[in-house]
Amino acid sequence: MKEDPGYYDYWPYENRPKIEWPNGAKVAFWVAPNIEFYELNPPDNPFRKPWPQPTPALPGYTSRDWGNRVGHVRQMELLDKYSIRGSISLSTALCDHHPEIIELCKERNWEFFSHGIYNTRYTYGMTEGQEREMIKDSIETIYKHTGQKCAGYLAPALSHSENTLDLFAEVGTELFGDEAGFYSCDLFHDDQPTPIHLKSGKRFVSIPYSLEMNDTIAYLVQKITPRRYGKELMDNFDRLYAEGDESGTIMCIPTHNYQVTNAHRIKAYEEALEYITGHSDVWVTTGKEIAQYFLDNHYDVALADIELKKQKYGNA
Amino acid sequence: MATLNDDYLKYPKRSYGMDHDRYKWTMLQNRKTIQWPEGNKIALWVNVGLQFFPLNQKGIPFKVPGGMTKPYPDLRHYSLRDYGNRVGLYRFLKAFDKYNITPTFAINTRLAERLPYVLGTIKERGDEIICHGYDMDKLHYGGQDIAKETDLVKRSVDGLRDLSGQAVTGWISPAKNESENTPDILAANGIQYFCDWVNDDMPYDFKTKNGNLTAMPLPTELDDYFIINNNLHSAQDWAEQVEDAFDFLVKESETMGGRILGLNIHPWVLGQPHRIQYLERVLERLGSQTEVWSTSGSAIAAAWKDQQ
Repeated sequence: MKEDPGYYDYWPYENRPKIEWPNGAKVAFWVAPNIEFYELNPPDNPFRKPWPQPTPALPGYTSRDWGNRVGHVRQMELLDKYSIRGSISLSTALCDHHPEIIELCKERNWEFFSHGIYNTRYTYGMTEGQEREMIKDSIETIYKHTGQKCAGYLAPALSHSENTLDLFAEVGTELFGDEAGFYSCDLFHDDQPTPIHLKSGKRFVSIPYSLEMNDTIAYLVQKITPRRYGKELMDNFDRLYAEGDESGTIMCIPTHNYQVTNAHRIKAYEEALEYITGHSDVWVTTGKEIAQYFLDNHYDVALADIELKKQKYGNA
Repeated sequence: MATLNDDYLKYPKRSYGMDHDRYKWTMLQNRKTIQWPEGNKIALWVNVGLQFFPLNQKGIPFKVPGGMTKPYPDLRHYSLRDYGNRVGLYRFLKAFDKYNITPTFAINTRLAERLPYVLGTIKERGDEIICHGYDMDKLHYGGQDIAKETDLVKRSVDGLRDLSGQAVTGWISPAKNESENTPDILAANGIQYFCDWVNDDMPYDFKTKNGNLTAMPLPTELDDYFIINNNLHSAQDWAEQVEDAFDFLVKESETMGGRILGLNIHPWVLGQPHRIQYLERVLERLGSQTEVWSTSGSAIAAAWKDQQ
C-alpha cells in the first residue's frame, strides 16, 4: 500500500495557465446521471457488504429499482427541457436488463461511460487480470449496445484498486486506440482538469465530477433537505462562474434517478438547472467533450506548468 | 489481500428484465393511464402506523429502525413510542376529522391485543385497518424458517381480523423487510395488497406462488420517521417536501393519468405538540383541493385493479 496514489502532482489553484472554454464560457457544466443496476442477491465480497440486511434486502434494492422504473424518464424530460445532454455513468449490465432506457439515451445522443458491470460488484479483492477483464467487458458492452467508444470511467460503487486508472486507460487503448479510455471521474482533488500520470504515459485527464454535489451524498450521507440541495447547487455554480472569469472552471452534478427525481425533490433540482443554464457564459456539455477539449487545447501547457512548479517548489 | 474467485465475474442473471421473477420490468411512463373516480388527479393515502415496540426487543436479525437502542430497560425510547398511542393519536384523529381526511391504520396485532380502547376507537370510526405485522420486533427476514414465518403471519393477520372484525386485506412488514417467502405466505393468508416494495409510484402486479398481490406505493422517502428521525429534518421541512411532492404529482397527472400521494405517518413522531401543526398544515392544504381523492389503501388498490 502506498502513502499517495501518485496520479498527480501538487498544483496550487492560483497562477495557473488560463483555461479558455469554447465561446468564452466561464464554466463547463455537465450532468452525470448514474444509471445503475443493483442486484437482489449479489455474491459476497470480503471487503464490502452490498446490503445491510439478509437477502432480500428490500429497502435498498427497491429504492434503486424505483430509479429505473419511475425516475429515469422524469430526469430525462427535465434535461431535455434545459437542453442538457446527460453523461451516463452506466452499470453496463443495464444494457441487457433495461435496453429501453439505453435506447432513450441513444436517441438523445447522450454520452455513456463505464461504471462497471453492476453497482453490487466491487473492485476490492480483484486480481489485476480480473479487474482488466471486468473493465474490458464494460467497454465492449457499451460499444455493442450504443456504438460509443467509452472515454470515461467511474469505478463501480467507487471501489478501486491501485491499478484502476491504468487498466482503464490500457484497455481503452487496446480496443480503440486514443479514442477510448482517456478520462476518469474517480478523483475529487480539483475544480479544473488534471493531467494524470499513468504507467503507459498515455495522455489522460481527471475531470471534476464532484462528490459534494452528488445527490446521493447530499441526501443519503449529509441528509440535507431538497431545498437545501437546490441552494447548494446554485451556490456552487455562483462561485465557479465568478472564478471562471480568471480561468475556466467545471461544474458537475452527478445524479441518481432514485434520489433526485423523487416527487418531493425534483422541483429543487429543476430550479437549480433553470438557474444555471439561464446564465450566458456556460458551456453545457458532456464529460467526454470537456476531456477532449482539454487534451486538445490545454493539456500540454498544463503539464509544462505543473513540471515548472514542481521543479521550483519541490512539492510532492 | 484476499482475492476473489473467478465466479465473482460471472453474471448468471444478466439478461432482459429483473434479476428475479416477482414482477415484470416496465417503466411507469409506458403504462396505461389510470383515472380516479370523479376525475380526481391525486389519490391521497394517509397511512397511520400504530406500533408496539417491545421493551424486551430481541433485534433478530437487526434492530428495527425506531426501536430500542439503549441497554435494557430502554425507558426513553419505549415510552416515547407509547406517547404516540396515548396522546399523538388523538391529535391525529382531530386533524383528520377537521380536514375531511380518510386515514388508513396499519396496526401491529400485539398493539390491538394490548389496547382495546385504541382498536375500539378505530373500529367505531370505520377506517380501514391493515396489518403491520405482530409487533415491531417480529421482523420478517431472509433465511427465516418458513414454518415459523407462516405461523407469525397467521397469528398477526388472523388475530387482527378477530379483534377488528374487518377483512384486513393490506399488509406492511415491520421495517418493510421481508424474507424470500413473505409474499407467498401473505397471499396464502388472504392478503391482497402490500406496501414493502418501494420501487414504483403506482400499483403493480406482484407474482407469488399463491396468486398475485398488488404492490402499493407507500414511499419511505416521505415517511415522517424517515425525514424527521433519520434525516434529522424539521417538521416544517417534512411539510414542504410533501407540498413539493403534491405539486409535482398534480402536474405529472395532467399528462400521465391519476397519481398516488402516499403519506406514512406515526403519532409518536408528528403527534408531538411542536410538530402537529405541520401535519395540520399539510392536511388542510390537501383536504381543500378539488382534485384530491382522500381514501383508503384498499379503495385505491381496487380502483387501480378495476382498470387493468
